[in-house]
Amino acid sequence: MKNREILFKMENVKAYYKLEEVTVKAVDDVSLEIFEDEVIGIVGESGSGKTTLSNVISMNIMKPLTLVEGKVFLKINGEFEEISSMSREEVKKKFWGKEITIVPQAAMNALMPTIKMSKYIEHLAQSHGIDKNELLSKAEKRFEEVGLDPLWLKRYPFELSGGMKQRAVIAIATILNPVLLIVDEPTSALDVVNQKIFLKVLMQMKKMGIVKSIVFITHDIATVRQIADRMVVMYAGKIAEISPIEEIVQKPLHPYTQGLLNSVLTPEPEIRKRGITTIPGAPPNLVNPPSGCRFHPRCSYAMDICKEKVPPLKEIEKNRKVACFLYMEERK
Amino acid sequence: MSRLVVENLTKVFSLGFFSRRYIKAVNNISFDIKEGEIVSLVGESGSGKTTTAKMILRLIPPTSGRILFEGKDIWKDIKSQEALRDFRRKVHAVFQDPFASYNPFYPVERTLWQAVNLLEKSPSNKKEALELIKESLVRVGIDPKDILGKYPHQISGGQKQRVMIARCWILKPLLIIADEPTSMVDASSRGGIIQLLEELREEQGTSIMFITHDLGLAYYVSDNIFVMKDGEIVERGHPDKVVLEPTHEYSKLLVGSIPKLYRKLEGL
Ligand SMILES: Nc1ncnc2c1ncn2[C@@H]1O[C@H](COP(=O)(O)OP(=O)(O)OP(=O)(O)O)[C@@H](O)[C@H]1O
Ligand SMILES: Nc1ncnc2c1ncn2[C@@H]1O[C@H](COP(=O)(O)OP(=O)(O)OP(=O)(O)O)[C@@H](O)[C@H]1O
Ligand SMILES: [Mg+2]
Ligand SMILES: [Mg+2]
Repeated sequence: MKNREILFKMENVKAYYKLEEVTVKAVDDVSLEIFEDEVIGIVGESGSGKTTLSNVISMNIMKPLTLVEGKVFLKINGEFEEISSMSREEVKKKFWGKEITIVPQAAMNALMPTIKMSKYIEHLAQSHGIDKNELLSKAEKRFEEVGLDPLWLKRYPFELSGGMKQRAVIAIATILNPVLLIVDEPTSALDVVNQKIFLKVLMQMKKMGIVKSIVFITHDIATVRQIADRMVVMYAGKIAEISPIEEIVQKPLHPYTQGLLNSVLTPEPEIRKRGITTIPGAPPNLVNPPSGCRFHPRCSYAMDICKEKVPPLKEIEKNRKVACFLYMEERK
Repeated sequence: MSRLVVENLTKVFSLGFFSRRYIKAVNNISFDIKEGEIVSLVGESGSGKTTTAKMILRLIPPTSGRILFEGKDIWKDIKSQEALRDFRRKVHAVFQDPFASYNPFYPVERTLWQAVNLLEKSPSNKKEALELIKESLVRVGIDPKDILGKYPHQISGGQKQRVMIARCWILKPLLIIADEPTSMVDASSRGGIIQLLEELREEQGTSIMFITHDLGLAYYVSDNIFVMKDGEIVERGHPDKVVLEPTHEYSKLLVGSIPKLYRKLEGL
């Protein structure tokens, strides 16, 4: 991989849901860099903290979610700005839409059925102080680029099929050409035909320079594999492994990554041969996560140290980071 | 014996008051499901899968055609409330959208209490019923502590979906219609849920109809696949035949859209 400029970084971030009686450690000591001009895929089981992480990246932090520790930086005009020192309102006003945009999980179902698509554009224009008609004509062009008839702008969301709705959402979300686009499970509610169309649209946007880098969150590894340059594997609020996509698919390092890849079901001879396998047990509760490595109760390689110490995320091969004692000196 | 027989089933929706438009959502389809058989109905959005399911579940009446469950025409031979209750026990749905299946104002386990109340022989007291609920949760890989008393927004989509499947362990129906039960469930528990449904089949001889757009998943779970397009079944047969050697253009498109792990899709 070529040496790349960093666009975004977070350092030792802890983001917890502080509830009345308990605290959910949804993102716990996570450090991550996002490069310019890359697609980074974030995968993990349900409840592993993917959506929470996406909210940290965009600093969309609202109670009960609390940034407990750590810093978040975004490069703006060549300089890193510490967005974690700003309020949500400030980040929203200054950076959302233009620098960083998030398409939340199930966003397409959150469209109000009785509000025309064009209304969303008008809202955007208003909140960014842009001329309404200018933005509307931009939206028409963008609709065409994602394969939608611009006439759909004058229609209501309920008239659109799922695949079309998701493309409309992405067209609107990227209308101000954000540098960093975060999409949270954008394809899980689409059929495979529309998934492929959506992936195509997304990659097209990157090629055209509408967006620079993309964070693609999903539980579907096969989808990430199609478009991502790197893959981040999350487990129970922590990063288990980060690696270039080709390498992680061919040779997963973390036992959890191995388990995840082994549970993929696609009609391929390699997979038919190995059959359906699953990771034993269930992901832990994040109120009281297991000691040491959070994966140790489900791991067939667990050693004594795994119960006692938290494995740090370390680079053990070029560009490959893993948080597992199997690959570290301490094991001896 | 066939547990379910669908004969020349058609559903036409009419829209609009002034200028009527008609949508043939399901167009003259026939198939059957045997005891303990797992079949998949596969097709893209709008192909008529859910409409088919709703007619089989006796939620919407067909425009024409027949549905026989255990030899009885479900739209003609079910006359009393008791017969309908019996049908609801025996034919069970796991719905497409886990978010839509829960009322935000009630704890998630309410859906399990409802299942318990539907039982022919309900447990004699609350404690026994709670045991039954806990057992069903453990069956689907959920620690009861993690969800009992919680509200829908407090648990993840995957957990919600698993709770829906826990209902099947309480009711032990003869036929399960699972409308995209795995779309929101992450890959790692997907295999687990399939195994779970297969367990139900092994233990109870449950028949299962999977509704999915994922031909890849259908490939691994089904005895029989029906590919649906624009309300019609355009290809049917054994998974090896349909997925590895599709003949209909549309099946080829579906197979060509499945994201693979070891190969990149063409045209991205
Ligand atoms: N508003 C909230 N209040 C309390 N706990 C929450 C809240 N939102 C999420 N959680 C908890 O935080 C943890 C991480 O949740 P998150 O939604 O980030 O996971 P995820 O990986 O996105 O899951 P999914 O794949 O289901 O979308 C889970 O244990 C979840 O129950
Ligand atoms: N109540 C209704 N009134 C009018 N048209 C309907 C109704 N329900 C479904 N349709 C139409 O019937 C067709 C088939 O819809 P159906 O929901 O059965 O598709 P599906 O295969 O389940 O799609 P998906 O994969 O998106 O769930 C669609 O064109 C849909 O718009
Ligand atoms: Mg999420
Ligand atoms: Mg449907």
